[in-house]
Amino acid sequence: MADSDQGGAFVEFDRVQKSYDGENLVVKDLNLSLPKGEFLTMLGPSGSGKTTCLMMLAGFETATNGDIRLDGQPINNIPPHKRGIGMVFQNYALFPHMTVAENLSFPLEVRKMGKSEREAKVKHVLELVQMGEFGGRRPSQLSGGQQQRIALARALVFEAELVLMDEPLGALDKQLRETMQFEIKRIADDLGITVVYVTHDQTEALTMSDRVAVFEDGRIQQLAPPDELYESPQNSFVAQFIGENNTLEGTVKEIKNGIALVQLDGGGLIDCKPVNVTKAGERTRVSIRPERVEFDKTRLHADAHTLKAEVLEFIYMGDIFRTRLRVAGQDDFIIKSRNAPDQVRLEPGSEIEIGWLAEDCRALDA
Amino acid sequence: MTSVPDTDAAGRVLSADGTPLKQSLNRALRRQKLRALALIAPLLIFVLVSFVAPILDMLFRSVENQLISDNLPQTVVILEDWDPNSGELPSEAVFEAFAGDLQIAISKKVHTRIGSRLNYEKPGISSLFRKAGRQVKKWDIPNDGPYKEKFADLNKGFADIEVWRTIKTYSGAYTNGYFLNSIDMQKGADGAEARPENEQIYITLFIRTLIMSLAITSLCILLGYPVAWILANLPSRTANLLMILVLLPFWTSLLVRTSAWKVMLQDQGVVNEVLVWIGLVADDSRLALINNQTGTIIAMTHILLPFMILPLYSVMQTISPTYLRAAKSLGATDWTAFWRVYFPQSIPGIGAGSILVFILSIGYYITPELVGGTKGVFISNRIAFHILSSLNWGLAAALGTILLVVVMALYWAYDKIVGIDNVKLG
Repeated sequence: MADSDQGGAFVEFDRVQKSYDGENLVVKDLNLSLPKGEFLTMLGPSGSGKTTCLMMLAGFETATNGDIRLDGQPINNIPPHKRGIGMVFQNYALFPHMTVAENLSFPLEVRKMGKSEREAKVKHVLELVQMGEFGGRRPSQLSGGQQQRIALARALVFEAELVLMDEPLGALDKQLRETMQFEIKRIADDLGITVVYVTHDQTEALTMSDRVAVFEDGRIQQLAPPDELYESPQNSFVAQFIGENNTLEGTVKEIKNGIALVQLDGGGLIDCKPVNVTKAGERTRVSIRPERVEFDKTRLHADAHTLKAEVLEFIYMGDIFRTRLRVAGQDDFIIKSRNAPDQVRLEPGSEIEIGWLAEDCRALDA
Repeated sequence: MTSVPDTDAAGRVLSADGTPLKQSLNRALRRQKLRALALIAPLLIFVLVSFVAPILDMLFRSVENQLISDNLPQTVVILEDWDPNSGELPSEAVFEAFAGDLQIAISKKVHTRIGSRLNYEKPGISSLFRKAGRQVKKWDIPNDGPYKEKFADLNKGFADIEVWRTIKTYSGAYTNGYFLNSIDMQKGADGAEARPENEQIYITLFIRTLIMSLAITSLCILLGYPVAWILANLPSRTANLLMILVLLPFWTSLLVRTSAWKVMLQDQGVVNEVLVWIGLVADDSRLALINNQTGTIIAMTHILLPFMILPLYSVMQTISPTYLRAAKSLGATDWTAFWRVYFPQSIPGIGAGSILVFILSIGYYITPELVGGTKGVFISNRIAFHILSSLNWGLAAALGTILLVVVMALYWAYDKIVGIDNVKLG
């Protein structure tokens, strides 16, 4: 599933496994390699093993089995302080008894750097995160967003080529989080550093990353650029986890010309793109994004299969309309339509017919 | 939009009905304040009656000296004109007044108390007054004088200028004599002077108390810090179990614990036997571990250790392990991470523990008494001696006052150096 060995892999997980108790594997056979300069996000629900992977890379956990390589060198036996990896922690972990400048100067001091050089670097990195005047403050005198910037600056000040971030924006409010997402992305691109970012927020993952690794049950379920991840989920977990998604269950009736005909359990026939199904008779879970559902017959293929639906609820959300339907016996089918001048507002209680392009509807594993 | 509050001519903000806002706020809060006061009143009264009042009384006793001026009123007045350095006894008038005062004192049965009070300052006066008590009450004053000779006949002590000097020196209603005594000085012919060297004990005792308390506090930090660290970093189930072991000494009687140390540390005790058995110590040169300073330090460190571990533990629990990880990820070795990042954050715990242990140990009494021998006793043992045996409460009060002042001075110094808000007791 993960990219196989490519030349110039900067960080590499090679068949890595991790168990805490000797009975259960938290990380199962992880293979992952990322080139220099990539922004990779590990996305997954809590307990999926993503943070454990990050901690193994940072050196705070040891891999039970397998190799982790940094720039070609196995780092399993190198203690964290010799790895030279910058890290931003969930709650920032700024040292409360030191000022901002002292916090930033700490990694330089332990590297026995001269005073003038240290001061220059601290000043430079403070400007990079736009916190120039805050050097004399204590972390407790800063707001959450400012602390976040300092934590980032501290991970960058000793010029680490690899920076790890463990849900760094989790404690911020929505607006600040969005600002910081762009800020982090901008700085990472400017400096050309490699970033491994852990989050459970899929929007964050989609916005920031070059590639996203979706974790579940100790495995990478899919490793792909954000658009591919959203539009072509490889299995039903990824489809469910990334973005909003309608799921219908059924059985494959036939596969012909790259299109699978699926008989839904709740009645009705639909056309799908076969992703994880290969032959007739297989159980499948069909996934379709709410914004790809059409209810205007003129915009569908003449011979496309359609389903009958009953409108249950119409929600006005400003930029979009969100309509809940009963489809094939299920009450939770959602469609989204853009709030455009000519857009139809569906009346609850009315009967409509819905359909979609076969390639938008993916027949995944059951 | 909210309206701007009205103000009166003096610029005070007014409430809706025109009274100044401060005044109506006070009125609104008065009921609440009274109720709060009523709730704490029982404890407040209890503390005032049983704690503050006795302390004030004790402080007062350290300078109070009204016994003599109250009971020998005439003598004291006439003695004022006498110069003890003239080399002559006081005049006949003094003796006559003394005889009169003494008769009244004898009838009130306070003459022996006067005697013992003066005996603290000059040994021997107590028996002088006791003997006088039997004779003087039969005298017919002022008809059977001259009293100078009568007193001299009664006991030649009354013809000693030093006795009269002592009476004159302590004739004031208040005296600094107890305090001078507490710092190994006395009131001599020319005011305050140092006591003869063989009578100097208190300064040594104070210094010993301070040094030993510091040693005990340091040992508690050294032994308690790693324990607190382990407790704070273990999973809470295990930590709670181990915490019981830390608290166990609290549930054992202090006397039992101290006596156990006697068994452990004595010449034929467990420690010495083991050391001899494994050959570390020769049989004829067993370590003197008890009835000296070593014994006091060992036993008191053990007894006070929980007071160090508990505040340290509660502070360390709040230090997130992420800080150490962060330090290591920034390139610090384990030691640097501990010393530069963890240790500074644990200082409030060390401060709280040290204040507790130091202040407790500086006033400790039972353990030094039982295991300290003569070299390992504290100032508090001397205070106890004056309260219980010599009954010189004034001196005990003066020693106690000095101890209190020393503790407060140290507390103040700690506040200046470390800052008292840097102390977390839990």
